[in-house]
Amino acid sequence: MNILTVQNLIVKRSGVTVLDISELTVEKGRILALIGPNGAGKSTLLLTMAGLLKTSQGKIYYQEVPIDSSASRSAMRRSISVVFQEPLLLNTSVYKNIALGLKFRHLTGSEIEKSVEESLDYFGISSLATRSAKTLSGGEAKRVSLARAFALKPEVIMMDEAFNSLDPPTRETLMDDLRNILEKTKITAVLALHDREETLRLAQNVTVMAEGKIIQSGTTAEIFNQPDSEFVANFVGTETILEGNVKRCNAGLMEISVDGKIIEAVGNFLPGQNVYCCIRPENITVLPAIAEKTSARNVFEAKIQKIIRQAFFYKMILDCGFLVVAYITVSSCDELGICEGSMVVVSFKATAVHVMRREK
Amino acid sequence: MELIIQGVIKAFELIISFDPEVMGITWLSLKISGTATFISLFIGVSIGTIVALTNFSGKRLVISIINTGMGLPPVVVGLFVTILIWRSGPLGFLEILYTPYAMIIAQAIIATPIVMGISLASIQNLPPNLRLQILSLGASRMQMVWVLIKESKLPLLAAVMAGFGGVISEVGASIMVGGNIKGYSRVLTTATVMETGKGNFDIAIALGVILLILAFLVNLLLTQVQQRQHPR
Repeated sequence: MNILTVQNLIVKRSGVTVLDISELTVEKGRILALIGPNGAGKSTLLLTMAGLLKTSQGKIYYQEVPIDSSASRSAMRRSISVVFQEPLLLNTSVYKNIALGLKFRHLTGSEIEKSVEESLDYFGISSLATRSAKTLSGGEAKRVSLARAFALKPEVIMMDEAFNSLDPPTRETLMDDLRNILEKTKITAVLALHDREETLRLAQNVTVMAEGKIIQSGTTAEIFNQPDSEFVANFVGTETILEGNVKRCNAGLMEISVDGKIIEAVGNFLPGQNVYCCIRPENITVLPAIAEKTSARNVFEAKIQKIIRQAFFYKMILDCGFLVVAYITVSSCDELGICEGSMVVVSFKATAVHVMRREK
Repeated sequence: MELIIQGVIKAFELIISFDPEVMGITWLSLKISGTATFISLFIGVSIGTIVALTNFSGKRLVISIINTGMGLPPVVVGLFVTILIWRSGPLGFLEILYTPYAMIIAQAIIATPIVMGISLASIQNLPPNLRLQILSLGASRMQMVWVLIKESKLPLLAAVMAGFGGVISEVGASIMVGGNIKGYSRVLTTATVMETGKGNFDIAIALGVILLILAFLVNLLLTQVQQRQHPR
């Protein structure tokens, strides 16, 4: 069931269209991530869906009911909690901050107390209840803003880049806690994110946006493994995107010419079709020498052009006539005894190559 | 120097002896300026908040006018209020010229733009998404405005201090519309002007010292409240 649907939505600011969405649905109980570069319109879409921004055109349906009056908008607002990028806490105690929304709902004192305590407990901040919100650290303030949103027991929670400006350890812990709470409560969530890792860890569905429009929507696996444009592929971290031309296609296995080499890939494009071959870095294997037998259809000798240290692994740029990017762990790199300039073998399966039509 | 020392001694004599005339003048000053500040607080905060939260064409012009109003010369205010409430003026039928009511009106006109300008700036300085956050918590528009005003209470206290400080110390408008009538519309500033004119410097200094102490005490009280709200 769709809990939220937007159709033919147009939002303008000072006469300029900032959002132009033909259709977007949010499934009940699922976690949807809106991803895209800065200025893509994620926040505007999020706030419009929450009934906080005016639309120039289009319809919003909440639980199949059109939101077309101030009464229906107010009712929808009370079912949706929004967490902004900044914690936006009031200059009072943590307890009073969390209780504010419940007071607006005219709950009794004991009901408010129960909800606030439950929410404080969810986010492990019961000890902060009497603290002044202005004395909290960034991570604590973010937890309080999340607790305030969850205390309202919303049908939908919307979060606008909620993990920004937090240091990595705080962000990690908070993300884990949030995922657990969302799993436990089954609350529908719409998250505006711009980090691939956050998207992979939290979202079940993904909508990729750019310049106020939706570029692609699908499950997280679909978006990350089968991007349908170069833009999406780039954005979701498909580091290797090669331009090629289909030479042969037989029973779903294609031979694609890329810079004079042949890559085998699964798909069904006609010979002569220009295509992009997308390979995710984690699907590329680096070997010291050509193996005698392998199920991988693509095996190439390559020279390591560059090794870049990441947090827990190495990112390698390899030249095998065309450039590919692979990730390998630090221990694998040490065991193979390889460095920049070393000759290695690169292999990847035909099924690891995602092929997209290329018009030019 | 001797004149100043004599004046200060005289001031303390008048305060310690609870001189009925001085006490009357002081109490009237407090009543008139306090009432004017209260009126300006109500009008200034309301209009300041509306201007801060509403988008309309010409908003910058309106803000410029309000900011200009923060420096309204009291004499000019006195002149216009006098013309308005002059017997043959548009509000002459009210018959309030040379009364404390006229002084309250003039002082409220002086203080209102000060309070309005500071409230407007303090509401505009709140994070832009705060009002959306409050609405998203389920607040009605009025509840949202009330929460924003409460959130700006520290700058609003500064607005009260600035407004009160502006009117308790002004003399031009008070003397023009109040007439400095003994026991009726004579306040600390107008009495100081009169005594100076008469050459009674010791009494003038005494009144000046009382005015300073009064302004200090009111601001001390408000500062205490402000700092209790914002201890860091």
